[in-house]
Amino acid sequence: MTTLSDPQQGSFRLSMLLNDTRYRSYTFQFVALLLLIALMAFLGINLMRNLAEAGLNISYGFLGVPAGYDINQSLIDYSSQDSNLRAAMVGIINTLLVAFLACVTATILGVLAGVARLSKNWLVSKLMAVYVEIFRNIPVLIWILMIYTLMTAVLPSPSAFRGDDPASSMFLGAFAFTNRGVYIPWPVWGPGSMFVVATFVLSIIAAIAYRRYAVKLLFDTGKLLPRAWPTAAILILPTLLAFFILGRPVSLDYPALAGFNFGGGLQIGAPLIALWLALSVYTGAFIAENVRAGIQAISRGQTEAASSLGLRPKRVMNLVVLPQALRVIIPPLISQYLNITKNSSLAIAVGYADITATLGGITLNQTGRAIECVLLLMLFYLTISLSISAIMNVYNTSVSLKER
Amino acid sequence: MNKSVFFGALTVAGVLAGASVAATLDDVKARGNLNCGVATGLAGFAAPNSNGEWEGFDVAVCRAVAAAIFNDPQAVEFIPTTGKTRFTALASGEIDFLARNTTWTFSRDVDLKFDFVGVNYYDGQGFMVPKALGVSSAKELDGATVCIQTGTTTELNLADYFRNNNISYEPVPVETNAEGQQQYLAGACDTYTTDASGLAATRATFENPGDHVILPEIISKEPLGPLVRHGDNDWGDLTRWVLNALIAAEELGVTSANVEEMASNATNPEIARLLGTEGTLGEMLGLEADWAKNAIAAEGNYGEIFAKNIGEETPIGLSRGLNAQWTDGGLLYAPPVR
Ligand SMILES: N[C@@H](CCC(=O)N[C@@H](CS)C(=O)NCC(=O)O)C(=O)O
Repeated sequence: MTTLSDPQQGSFRLSMLLNDTRYRSYTFQFVALLLLIALMAFLGINLMRNLAEAGLNISYGFLGVPAGYDINQSLIDYSSQDSNLRAAMVGIINTLLVAFLACVTATILGVLAGVARLSKNWLVSKLMAVYVEIFRNIPVLIWILMIYTLMTAVLPSPSAFRGDDPASSMFLGAFAFTNRGVYIPWPVWGPGSMFVVATFVLSIIAAIAYRRYAVKLLFDTGKLLPRAWPTAAILILPTLLAFFILGRPVSLDYPALAGFNFGGGLQIGAPLIALWLALSVYTGAFIAENVRAGIQAISRGQTEAASSLGLRPKRVMNLVVLPQALRVIIPPLISQYLNITKNSSLAIAVGYADITATLGGITLNQTGRAIECVLLLMLFYLTISLSISAIMNVYNTSVSLKER
Repeated sequence: MNKSVFFGALTVAGVLAGASVAATLDDVKARGNLNCGVATGLAGFAAPNSNGEWEGFDVAVCRAVAAAIFNDPQAVEFIPTTGKTRFTALASGEIDFLARNTTWTFSRDVDLKFDFVGVNYYDGQGFMVPKALGVSSAKELDGATVCIQTGTTTELNLADYFRNNNISYEPVPVETNAEGQQQYLAGACDTYTTDASGLAATRATFENPGDHVILPEIISKEPLGPLVRHGDNDWGDLTRWVLNALIAAEELGVTSANVEEMASNATNPEIARLLGTEGTLGEMLGLEADWAKNAIAAEGNYGEIFAKNIGEETPIGLSRGLNAQWTDGGLLYAPPVR
């Protein structure tokens, strides 16, 4: 006879909340939740009361009034007469711009450095090790300031390009490197240029279709079509044809000295360059380590098996190792992207007009609405970070092991 | 930086109630020193000297207040603030008194909930350019790149001025005067704009001040003065009257050199009231009778402070101009001490 029996169903007593291990954890979690809510409520009420006593109130009315200040880089129309909300939009776009640029270059850099660090070439792998160790062990703010200071101190100011015998001249007559930024030629889209663009887009689609067809043909019949030159031809020829038939609707606008600065072309401001470069090289070093870890996580057996099938080393990497390594690489990559986005708020150190500098800086200061602005900032960064996570998670699921 | 704003906001939320309701004077006395917000470094106005002691025109006002309370001009803790951090520092109670080239404006007084206790320098915004640029008027600055301290009135005036004159510019925002100076000298901007007094002070520290000119246009009114939190009127009164005492002392001919002697045998009743040999003005402020005597003895009267820190004999070389006594055709006019 056994004295052990299953606990009787349905005979729930209140004391079980504490004594029964099945319920105890819920009890504790519930109590913790209540405490947390109480704490938040206390902080909230305290905030409101203190604000009221100081004669302040929470109000977002300031978002509608004219900002009154100018912003040096704006991808949308903006003047000092526009509202604080619009100034915040300018900041958001600038944040997203630098975050996007830095994510792209950091990824490229990171993948290259990560793969190169595993190279059999001693010099290459050691160089990459040095890169990784130096860049990820110095705070990113220092990198931002260093690059910015170097740019402003080393590069000539636009006035050095002026005069009959200027101290500096433009690179290839088309690029100007100044301490205020880099000026590059930029296309001007004339009437009819839409057709050229449309032709190019269609060519891309056609090129992809051609490559698919070539692969299919290879698999079905074993016939190998050339791929490189037809792709190039499809990409370039129709667009070129359209360009000349339509009478060259797209032209290049070259930067040229105009008054105090260069006019024409595209100006990439020194703050943007400093921030972009610094975020890229800094985060690239972290990504390189993720990539290396990802590759090393793939067992040697995979490489050996692939090699014994006769695959060349490059193909082993591209077809066997990297696709599997991606599964290991992507989750930490997400957090690197998040880091880039959040670190971009250091923009303020070099006067780049991101959201922290506009809404969280000048608007906050000129209106004195600190709490409102900081809450908005938190909301913004939270939304952006969660969105990046969501997108990357979708991608992660798409490359993860499909279990059948 | 992001963080400091956030914590600033939290502190505002958390500490403000205590800070604004409690009597600041009691807090200051209990602490044993005055927390005074000043610039991060602006020669002549507020900058540490080679011994690490703070000196300058704004610093002197802080010292006078400390002397009035403690009879010790050294009983001040100086807290460097930027254009952006100064108001949070004051609102949160981190500082008791802000003397940092701060312009008295409607919204700072009314909306940001501060009280300006007076004006210690009547100023206006100007532009500095390198001589080599060949510019002689601000109107010729179309398309120029302008270094500008963020979080200041000058930032807003600049936008208005260029828009009104239908010319364009590109702002380079900087946090501190030191950063602005560095950018300007590196040629990252064509012109530096701020209060004309600040320009003179900045230029005085250049290696070749003669290579730079301050353009004739003054584009705004910048009455610079010390301020306190709104709500503690007693503290506001105290600081206002320390400043007035310095100004009145100059008008009455009381200097740091003769203040002791004047106090012991004052014949002019206004001087006697000011220096505490007659009446109970000190008591009304919650201070000793010799509060003003100590304040004047600290760094001198207004005129002495001006001459020593930014006057014509100094490298900064500012003339009194609007900041002369009303009896000399200036705007300084202390209300009667009675
Ligand atoms: N008066 C203006 C501008 C004040 C200002 O920022 N002045 C500069 C230059 S005159 C300054 O004091 N800088 C010192 C520092 O950067 O610490 C305001 O109140 O907004």
